[in-house]
Amino acid sequence: MTSETHGESSAPGIAAIDGNQTGWTARLRRVPVTLALAWLVVLIVLLWAVAPGLFTSYSGTVGVPGEQLRPPSLEHVLGTDGLGRDLYARIVYGAVHSLSGAFVAVTVGLLSGTLLGLVAGARGGWTDATIMRLVDSMLAVPSLLLSLSIIVLLGFGTVEVAIAVGAVSVARFARLARSEVIRVRRSDYVEAAFGSGGTFWAVLWRHILPNSLTSVIALAALQFGSAILAISTLGFLGYGAPPPTPEWGLLIAEGRNYLSRAWWLTAAPGLVVVLVVLAADRISKAIGKTAP
Amino acid sequence: MTAPLLEIDDLAISYKVGDHDQRVVHGVSFHIDRGEVVALVGESGSGKTTTAQAVLGLLAGNGRIEHGAIRLNGTDIAHWPQKRLDTIRGAVVSLIPQDPGSSLNPVRTIGAQVAEVLQIHGRGDRRAIRAQTLDLLTRVGLVPAEMRADQYPHELSGGMKQRVLIAIAVALKPDLIVADEPTSALDVTVQRVILDLIDELRRENGTAVLLVTHDLGVAADRASRLVVLQGGRIQEQGAVRDVLASPQSAYTRRLLSDAPSLTKARPARRAPTSGEDFAIVVEGLTHDFPVGGAAKSFRALDDVSFKVRRGTTHAIVGESGSGKTTTVRGVVGFLKPTAGRILIDGEDMTTLKGEALRQFRRNIQLVYQNPFGSLDPRQTIAQIVEEPLLNFAPPPKAERTKKVADMLHRVGLPESFLGRHPRALSGGQRQRVAIARALVLDPRVLVLDEAVSALDVTVQAQILALLDELQKALGLTYLFVSHDLAVVQQISDTVSVMYKGRQVDSGPIDTVFSRPDSDYTRELIDAIPGRKAPVLALSTASV
Repeated sequence: MTSETHGESSAPGIAAIDGNQTGWTARLRRVPVTLALAWLVVLIVLLWAVAPGLFTSYSGTVGVPGEQLRPPSLEHVLGTDGLGRDLYARIVYGAVHSLSGAFVAVTVGLLSGTLLGLVAGARGGWTDATIMRLVDSMLAVPSLLLSLSIIVLLGFGTVEVAIAVGAVSVARFARLARSEVIRVRRSDYVEAAFGSGGTFWAVLWRHILPNSLTSVIALAALQFGSAILAISTLGFLGYGAPPPTPEWGLLIAEGRNYLSRAWWLTAAPGLVVVLVVLAADRISKAIGKTAP
Repeated sequence: MTAPLLEIDDLAISYKVGDHDQRVVHGVSFHIDRGEVVALVGESGSGKTTTAQAVLGLLAGNGRIEHGAIRLNGTDIAHWPQKRLDTIRGAVVSLIPQDPGSSLNPVRTIGAQVAEVLQIHGRGDRRAIRAQTLDLLTRVGLVPAEMRADQYPHELSGGMKQRVLIAIAVALKPDLIVADEPTSALDVTVQRVILDLIDELRRENGTAVLLVTHDLGVAADRASRLVVLQGGRIQEQGAVRDVLASPQSAYTRRLLSDAPSLTKARPARRAPTSGEDFAIVVEGLTHDFPVGGAAKSFRALDDVSFKVRRGTTHAIVGESGSGKTTTVRGVVGFLKPTAGRILIDGEDMTTLKGEALRQFRRNIQLVYQNPFGSLDPRQTIAQIVEEPLLNFAPPPKAERTKKVADMLHRVGLPESFLGRHPRALSGGQRQRVAIARALVLDPRVLVLDEAVSALDVTVQAQILALLDELQKALGLTYLFVSHDLAVVQQISDTVSVMYKGRQVDSGPIDTVFSRPDSDYTRELIDAIPGRKAPVLALSTASV
């Protein structure tokens, strides 16, 4: 009997553990280039949101008279808009609005969606049926229409837009969380936990929640990108933060008026949105891969 | 006919894992003559399946033949491209795969699937192929062939699906059939019939068979020569009789002594006390499952009764669908039976509900079949073993830690395992952890649901020894569920034989094995592989 345990201590599984302990530098070198770039994009945008003053000396909201619609130059990296405001500065100052909006949206979706899915999957029966039919009817309404109706109910503003976008993603989080919970619930170790006398809530907290969470977190990263996109869309349509807030969607909308004379006014903020969304997508995929 | 049919010469195979090559087969050499059955025996990870796949050119995408030759009829096919191998696969070498459940295409009729191999190799027109298909199905015992040919795989049982796969394998009368664990997924009685069929077809056509198996009993019954593999190296090879009678390598000796089907000398067990102190009493247990409409139901268990004395082991034996699992789930309180009583230490489980049932669970614990699914991958071993203690008025932290460490020591695992995760443990080690978790609450009854079935024979023997030791030390009562009669014979005092939801035989193990009441039990006993090799009993007894 002891021969087994000693003989197997050189099993491949144990070698894998030793491999994990080799320094963080080696692990860092194994990170794919695209993933590193994605994190870099997110980091820069986060710094913009936290300390915009470090990145530009111009104001995000006050224009310089006589400097209207300048093309990109050394003085104004991305040119100026119709009121003489530096576009780069506006994008930098706008980061905080778009990011905090996306953050609130994802938090709303993640928390309420996961809770709904968890309860539905773990309880089953009529609780499950009721919650999931509710979710189905939410999915049946086009997301933009749903956001717009919620904004009309709540009123205009950055936070209101964020909540509207978050509410739309509740359904997606709930469905994913439920399917994961059902998968985990069927596993032997959950039954074993009930068999050893675990109460429903203890088992839910100790086993079902941690084991279902990986894909949900991956979806959250993905939703972060979509939320920025959705908030920009609503901003573009005029439902978001009121001018002169330099919100990214609003920037694109304002640039639209000068599309033939100054295309960079729409292209630059559009590109930033695309980059952040792609980065979020890449990071989401990397998280998804770590799932067992 | 001087040259062997298949000659494997110093074959080495590696798999690309991450960015380095991991070699799994290290210079294996053996040969197969025409019409001969050679068994490739080994435990999981021994490289037996990899070797067999290499013969067919079916290595997984990351596998590579490093060096060595695979000579079929004198031609080295080791480095042939897939396209060229297509011409010999099916026609010269064919495969009987391991899992009949997933090896057939579910959306095509079995007739079409048998016909496919004939079409690929261009054997005649549509009508001729249909005639041949029906002929083949008849030969493998799927009658009436006309009806069977138009059925889909889901309409057939596991044994019948394996017959279809055999029909496909023998369709073109190949020189060599590679049978990769052809019966491991089947019940013992079906297993015997299928192996008999392979034997019969082989003799008719003069086909050679490379039988890959983990079961020494099957190998001893069916093969003329044995090749014993361990860790990708050949430990021993030779005629079955010689290897079994005088094994040369220590590994083969260990394998022989651990194989339950070959060990005739049972470890001496204390005679069951004749007292009336019963730990488990099951009376008239009946269970109906609703199917389809509310009015219809399927009777999975029909009036099953047995009693287990304290400190003894009662086994429940049966094939898949016999109601073993339903019985177990009833006994541990996961299912409410339709009728009947289950008394554990005199208390009726079936009347308990909610909190009372939860409190009662500490008396009876279950160990699952699959040690890979029954441990939470996110917990450490310490957390896993500690968890049951947290469910019932947890003692202080220091006391819990000590109890967990003691328990781990009890099941023969070093303390360094406490901080590890299940993925770093082997199957046998995981099953020890599962046993530790079950015992940490000091239950009186331990239910083992196929607890050793997923393990290799040597590990299986170690776990059985551990269970025996724990029973003696802690006075536990075991309810041991298994499909493997040989294992049951080793560990239990009394036995219930189940068949289609009914208990067909019951009593002390010796009585049931020597004088079975039912034909079914007799058939089950006869089907234990390894019984054709009487020489074994002598040799292992002397080891």
